[in-house]
Amino acid sequence: MEAVQTERRPIPRKGSLHRKEALAGWLFVAPMLIGISIFTLFPILIMFILNFSNWDFVLGLEKFKWAGLDNFERLIDDGRFHKTYINNIVFMATVPICMAISLLLAIIIDKHVFMKDFFKVTYFMPYISSVVAVAVVWQVLFHPSKGPVNHFLRWIGIDDPPRWIADPDWALISVMMISVWISIGFNMIVYLAGLQAIPKDLYEAAEIDGAGGWTRFRRITLPLVSPTTFFLLITGIIYSFKAFDLIAVLTKGGPAGSTSLMVWYMYESAFVNLKIGYASVIGTVLFVSVLIITLIQWAGQKKWVNY
Amino acid sequence: MPSNALTLKQRKTNWRKLIVTLVMLACGVLFLMPFFWMISASLKFENDVFTYPIQWIPKEWNAVNNYRKVWLGDHPFWLYYLNTIKVAGLTTLTSVTVSALAAYGFAKVRFPAGKWLFLIVLATFMVPQQAILVPQFILYRQLGLFDTHFGLILLNSFSVLGTFMLRQFFLTVHQDYIESAKMDGAGHFRIFTRIALPLVRPAVATYAILRFIWTWNDYQNPLIFLRSDRLYTLQLAMQKFSTINGEYYSLIMAAAVSAIVPLLIVFIIGQKHVIEGISFGGVKG
Repeated sequence: MEAVQTERRPIPRKGSLHRKEALAGWLFVAPMLIGISIFTLFPILIMFILNFSNWDFVLGLEKFKWAGLDNFERLIDDGRFHKTYINNIVFMATVPICMAISLLLAIIIDKHVFMKDFFKVTYFMPYISSVVAVAVVWQVLFHPSKGPVNHFLRWIGIDDPPRWIADPDWALISVMMISVWISIGFNMIVYLAGLQAIPKDLYEAAEIDGAGGWTRFRRITLPLVSPTTFFLLITGIIYSFKAFDLIAVLTKGGPAGSTSLMVWYMYESAFVNLKIGYASVIGTVLFVSVLIITLIQWAGQKKWVNY
Repeated sequence: MPSNALTLKQRKTNWRKLIVTLVMLACGVLFLMPFFWMISASLKFENDVFTYPIQWIPKEWNAVNNYRKVWLGDHPFWLYYLNTIKVAGLTTLTSVTVSALAAYGFAKVRFPAGKWLFLIVLATFMVPQQAILVPQFILYRQLGLFDTHFGLILLNSFSVLGTFMLRQFFLTVHQDYIESAKMDGAGHFRIFTRIALPLVRPAVATYAILRFIWTWNDYQNPLIFLRSDRLYTLQLAMQKFSTINGEYYSLIMAAAVSAIVPLLIVFIIGQKHVIEGISFGGVKG
């Protein structure tokens, strides 16, 4: 549609008209361009400089020191960073789990219930709620001795329930469960939009041919929502790299670094340990990771998605 | 008797639908349990918060006291509410303005540089803001924007997402409207405010609501770019409040209710817009 409209535009012939049009164009996009230059492009430039520096910003610009590749070398040897990166990869498991639950919910809500809008709002609520407030509530629910979750588990006969966010073995899993709970609403709404785009007569035709529910799901629904699935997978993975709020409020990366994720580790390096150069390098790793996923998205879109 | 058979079949599906609805209702209640627990705890005396079996409707109410301490106590929520409304409101206003202007420029003004500039803008979308937090922080300290509401507002005012989203809608505005207005001697700014903007109003409303919700719920940026207590936004205050009142769970839950409920109301009022916006290519804050 875009291409058609571009062709339809008559080309201004006179030079002055042309110039007037160009001036108008620049004026309209100027605020956005200036903003992006100052708040995104310029910081990227600063990031490249900081990567090769060793600087405690509290001491002022005079204390700025070049450090060559020191920060990169430290990163490669840093066990905490390795742990953090592995945590990030484990954390990615939330994406497919959340998508599976959301697709199931979306299918049920799309065709098999009354009060569709009511259910949409219900499952969307955690997503729209402030992460800070939600995290604080879960902190209390997961309280090892007093919390309702463990009280319930003891009541049904589990004498030794996990200590959830207080236990290094369970903390990351707890955070992941909460993260799935929050993201279900978003994934479900996007899946619902995808499902509504599937032509109804496909299902009717399949039913006449005697295809059961499972066959219809595997042969019609799944392939036809694959663009949505692909989109949710990519944005979900990118989003998992950016996770911060939940960690910052709930666990602060602990206990024993078991829930340290990249943005949290960067935050801690910069604002707790005041290692600006090192934090900047972690930011660069984050940047590159997201960039690689985006490139995979571009390359893979054609290959893996059935239109 | 084909018609009779049909109604029989329909009745059967209706029964099935009813049962599925009831099951989903039960799942929904379970899903929202944390919210019910939060509201219930916020109404109780501290000693009753962890009594079992859970008193969903408290026997003795302490709601007024709890909420008074949250709203008028040492860390008064009314102040943080005003701060948040100011920051979220102004961010929404500037972000919508900047994005709408740029979107119109990219979609409807024909100038040679436009295509390239749009590609540059799109490219910056790939940069996660988290990755450049540290350099942004350094920049903010040097520019004197650190620890000001103004700086916080500026930070979210230049949205590539908003520009992209609104551009898609401006593209659907028919070129004939614009050409005929030009014939009548209207400049682009006039066409923008009088013709194009009113035509894409629903999209602007959708983006505005989403931006407002995202800014309201933003925790990371206020955490990094604000320091003074009196400038805190609600999310920052909520976190601080829960740290200070560590063991007073009834108070913390009253604060959590205060942080969540007003926004839920905004969402429920604007749910059509929000859900449409999310469905549109699935935007994410």
